[in-house]
Amino acid sequence: MSYIIVAFTALALVNAATAAPASDCDVSESLIASDSDLARVAQAINERHRLNITVVGSASSALAGPDGARFAYPARLEEALRQRLPGNEIKVTAHIQLKLTTADMVPALPGILAEDKPTLVIWQAGTVDALRGVEPEDFRGSLESGVDLITAADADAILMDMQYSPRTESMLGVAPYADAMRWVAQQRGVVLFDRLAIMRSWADAGIFDLYATTKDYAMARHVHECIGWALASQIINAARLDAAKMQTTR
Amino acid sequence: MADYSGDWHPMIRTLGLDTLLRRPPTAAQPAAKAAAPAVVASGRDLRLDLFRGLALWLIFLDHIPENVLNWFTIRNYGFSDATEIFIFISGYTAAFVYGRTMRERGFVLSSARILRRAWQLYVAHIFLFTIFLAEIAYVASTFDNPLYAEEMKVLDFLKQPDITIFQALLLKFKPVNMDVLPLYIILLLLFPPTLYVMLRRPNFALAGSAAVYALTWKFDWNLPAYPNGVWFFNPFAWQLLFVFGAWCALGGAHRLGGLLRSRTVLAIAIVYLLFALVITLSWYYEPIARFVPNWIGEWLYPIDKTNLDVLRFAHFLALAVVTIRFVPRDWPGLTSPFLQPAIRCGQHSLEIFCLGVFLAFAGQFVIAESSGGPLLQTGISVLGILIMIATANLISWYKAIEGRTPSTRVKPADADLAGGEA
Repeated sequence: MSYIIVAFTALALVNAATAAPASDCDVSESLIASDSDLARVAQAINERHRLNITVVGSASSALAGPDGARFAYPARLEEALRQRLPGNEIKVTAHIQLKLTTADMVPALPGILAEDKPTLVIWQAGTVDALRGVEPEDFRGSLESGVDLITAADADAILMDMQYSPRTESMLGVAPYADAMRWVAQQRGVVLFDRLAIMRSWADAGIFDLYATTKDYAMARHVHECIGWALASQIINAARLDAAKMQTTR
Repeated sequence: MADYSGDWHPMIRTLGLDTLLRRPPTAAQPAAKAAAPAVVASGRDLRLDLFRGLALWLIFLDHIPENVLNWFTIRNYGFSDATEIFIFISGYTAAFVYGRTMRERGFVLSSARILRRAWQLYVAHIFLFTIFLAEIAYVASTFDNPLYAEEMKVLDFLKQPDITIFQALLLKFKPVNMDVLPLYIILLLLFPPTLYVMLRRPNFALAGSAAVYALTWKFDWNLPAYPNGVWFFNPFAWQLLFVFGAWCALGGAHRLGGLLRSRTVLAIAIVYLLFALVITLSWYYEPIARFVPNWIGEWLYPIDKTNLDVLRFAHFLALAVVTIRFVPRDWPGLTSPFLQPAIRCGQHSLEIFCLGVFLAFAGQFVIAESSGGPLLQTGISVLGILIMIATANLISWYKAIEGRTPSTRVKPADADLAGGEA
């Protein structure tokens, strides 16, 4: 009996998640604008109608709990892109490297790149480095070598910075790492997905109460849903894909 | 022993303090006592109090993350921030106060006073750490949002309270925003020998400090932190600012007088400040960033706060040059009632600094509990500063009733003279 209830609840949540109105997750254009483009993504969609995306990240790229992977932003991104770029084959593979600093992630990159052959790599970094107190300078160096590896493998890159976490802000100083990521993105001409600023804008607008002391997964899932959606928007913008033409009504 | 009469800061000379500061041929006590009332009547350079007070306010505002009022603090408009001002003025006043003691009463007694001050700072730091621990423990026990499973690992240190507390006592474990006091403690611990040399060979002492700074950059010296990493404010680098402050207090500012009055220097300082302004703004505003060529950014970045980047130091110097020019010592504004609150706060810097750290914790806590927006942040920031002012006035009142206010004091100066406490 309880299984049925769980299954039923899960189903309800999936429905709730996929049916979540996009307006909830709206992000101001300026937050997802980018000077860099995603030329390889554009080419993959326009010419081959398929897009392989690899997400490399730490625990904040995943969700614990029952069926966490399905609700975490990599899966939500896949879903959002399938909806918004119909007629294209979209695949998102997530490689969650728990507790690894950026320096430790870099050696794993060549293997991941060879295995997935992605057109786009979304590299979420910084949180573990902030937790471990890695020197921001060293962090920047690791990021640069990682971005170079990704570019050398003929893939576009999006760097994703930390979550906005107001409760731990006084203990976990993420600002120097966020600055380093912004800097590397600018210097290497890759796209930055400024999760920190985007989540903050949701908190400021009252869309999410990120101070909430909930133990419930619903909010975490909703946030990931929105991150996936915002990422999709940024990819579509930066690759200059005419989503309006392809997008079905949602 | 050399005669230093030529070296004193003009402020000291105008007051006739230079004769006082020279090692007295006979008994120091009567001379000091006789001179003290006259000295204290106009002995404070209120600018030191004012700017230290303002720095304390800015440090408080900067310590409340995501505070809308952060946009009013100087770190957004240049390379350096309030920490530089605070450390420089602290070095200045420390040299001014303890330099006098060292001349009058000798090395041992002045060192004892400096170390007592360091001990007070240590106790204050541990007190703040206790409050911090209480706040963190509360967050750890109530906040369990699965969205932040990773970020909450920052609280893992609570699983080993024995090690954490011990490391905090060793000054190795320093939570975010609690790193200024440990820096100050180390600077004071190293101050007696520095001051000893400074009183005899000021330029030699400053050169030594600069050499340590340079070697720190070359060999990456720093003190270890717990659980990993190094001190956020590298004492081997930041000592330069403290020692430079001391050097200025002991005649350096006077020797620099010509330079400080030069129009060229002023022009360079203003140009540099404007340059820093544009660069700093370009980090926040994309439209400005387009006008900054990549190579400039490449060359500047990163501006290292931990090791007191040369650009930060230079920015502080430029700020100082401009400030000294436009806010002379006898600037009428210094007596205006509007600036008295800041001056008062600067005069009781240790108490107000600690209070500021505590208020920042408390403010953050209130903002978190009420999921507050910009209005609440502003309210809390203003309230915090008002509490700091009220407390500074209360301390002044206590000192007055205890007969320790400058206007009534007859005993030799302690740390309250000329720019408040050291």
